[in-house]
Amino acid sequence: MEANLVEKIKNNPKFNELVTKRSSFAWKLSIAMLAVYYSFILVVAFNKDVLAAPLGEGVMTVGMPVGIAIILFAFAITGVYVKRANTEFDDLTNDIKREARVED
Amino acid sequence: MKKLLLLAPLFIAGAAFAAGDADFSGEKQPLNIAAIVMFFLFVAGTLSITYWAARRTKTASDFYTAGGGITGFQNGLAIAGDYMSAASFLGISGLVYLKGYDGLIYAIGFLVGWPVILFLLAEQLRNLGKYTFADVASYRLKQLPVRTLAAFGSLAVVALYLIAQMVGAGKLIQLLFGLPYEFAVIVVGVLMILYVTFGGMLATTWVQIIKAILLLSGATFMAVMVLSHYGFSPEQLFSAATEIHKDGVSIMGPGGLVSDPVSAISLGIALMLGTAGLPHVLMRFFTVNDAKEARKSVFYATGFIGYFYILTFVIGFGAIVLVSQNPQYLEGAGKLLGGNNMAAIHLSHAVGGNLFLGFISAVAFATILAVVSGLTLAGASAISHDLYSSAIMKGKADEEKEMRLSKIATVALGVLAIILGIAFEKQNIAFMVGLAFAIAASANFPILFLSMFWSKLTTRGAVLGGSLGLVVAILLVILGPTVWVSVLGNAEPIFPYKYPALFSVTTAFVGIWFFSITDNSEQAQIDRDKYEAQFVRAQTGIGADGAVDH
Repeated sequence: MEANLVEKIKNNPKFNELVTKRSSFAWKLSIAMLAVYYSFILVVAFNKDVLAAPLGEGVMTVGMPVGIAIILFAFAITGVYVKRANTEFDDLTNDIKREARVED
Repeated sequence: MKKLLLLAPLFIAGAAFAAGDADFSGEKQPLNIAAIVMFFLFVAGTLSITYWAARRTKTASDFYTAGGGITGFQNGLAIAGDYMSAASFLGISGLVYLKGYDGLIYAIGFLVGWPVILFLLAEQLRNLGKYTFADVASYRLKQLPVRTLAAFGSLAVVALYLIAQMVGAGKLIQLLFGLPYEFAVIVVGVLMILYVTFGGMLATTWVQIIKAILLLSGATFMAVMVLSHYGFSPEQLFSAATEIHKDGVSIMGPGGLVSDPVSAISLGIALMLGTAGLPHVLMRFFTVNDAKEARKSVFYATGFIGYFYILTFVIGFGAIVLVSQNPQYLEGAGKLLGGNNMAAIHLSHAVGGNLFLGFISAVAFATILAVVSGLTLAGASAISHDLYSSAIMKGKADEEKEMRLSKIATVALGVLAIILGIAFEKQNIAFMVGLAFAIAASANFPILFLSMFWSKLTTRGAVLGGSLGLVVAILLVILGPTVWVSVLGNAEPIFPYKYPALFSVTTAFVGIWFFSITDNSEQAQIDRDKYEAQFVRAQTGIGADGAVDH
């Protein structure tokens, strides 16, 4: 990419907006996923009994729905990101691209 | 003894990395005709796809990335297919069969890397890369040293994985189909060479997609059959399982899988960052058209993989109730015929008879074929695109020559895989996939990640720090329990942990940081100055649309 195009895009306030919004969103979601996973792992490592505690009358334990919930959470959180990225972020990206070309 | 018991699930869990290190003991079985017929149908189908794909594979871009024409949904299935290896299926269901809840902990570790890959890597990879992850890692750095290191990292991962897969394939097929070990290894090697040399990425992707659909359907059928025995009430299934299992109700909670926090975190890092450094998985991000499709791929892949792990969990419990008490599936001491990794296979017979056993066996064979094809293509690209075209010819290589070389490399890798597969038949290869993940996490991932996110990265930092991560990962695996004790027969490991990722990845990051900030060379200035243009392209995809060129 030529240096003047890079300069032009970098000076576009929309580029700044895209980068700030997207990175803060991406890092927040990453931290949420890591926090959920490592909390689970630390409970497993230090306090197994919490997960082995029975849930209700039968043999069902707290750990079962928690484990399934983490799997569903991982899927849901990718959906949340893809939805916003494929609409809001892509619209911004397309604006930036169009403006970079128009002023050529 | 107690310590051994604690380690046991980790070994079995290791099998979940790939078909390779799955422990299949037991005798050769009689010829399974239904399985062989269904496998032939699969081979005939995939070979016609290869024929179709071969006519559409003309340019280098077709060969390496299917011309970028795969949709997000298809790619999601293919990525899930790469992940659902035969032993991901057999290993995790076997672990659930043996330990109950621990299998779920392991499956979760495999899954949670994907959202993070999506948030931080997927679109930037698509926007910066052309054919291989080394394209991205070396984007603004000096080509020769960085490409060479990245290609070496790729080839090391591919070779270790391939050996593990070939040995696993030979043993599994011997057991399932009643075919001789060498014959099975040669069949896998030859079919894989045919798929990749003639059909390139297009055939490799479709083989993976078909297998993913077959495996998901088969596993769904098994899980539904198991649940239908218990009126679709998980409570009743679990209750029946706890009455039969020797560990009783303790299989409903965490057991010995995660015994100390260091191992837990190190394993988590190996799974998460290792996945983000596997060349054959990263390569799939270049087969879609743009960042939008790359994102969708991960969304679908995460859904399929998560669903698949829930199924394997039900299948493991199903095997406890329907297989573990049936003398038909047991040998003398109440152990499963063929070992714990056969739990799902026996269950397929218990719920669907001989015909369905044949189907699942054929799917397991197909799974190995699909995974080795992807691996070989990634290895061939590292040789022809990274080493030959980019590092040696400085990007001026003739495209036809590059493609010819990649096909020669595919055949060479296939022949090598057959030879090594036969040579390693009687060896203990349990460490190989763990080592592959350690190398991917410690050498490939740190360079890739910092090249995208850290403007001060220099060529010297990437090469020295990345090499340091590679060396430390290999050394710690050799000195750790899997090689030092299990392979070399020493009493005590010098390095106590099975998973070195926590230490080797940290070493790589610190090394890259240190050798970059102290780098005052002219090249360092060039490397840093190029970050801005790379950043703009990574964020917007400008310059990466359609046919990628840089």
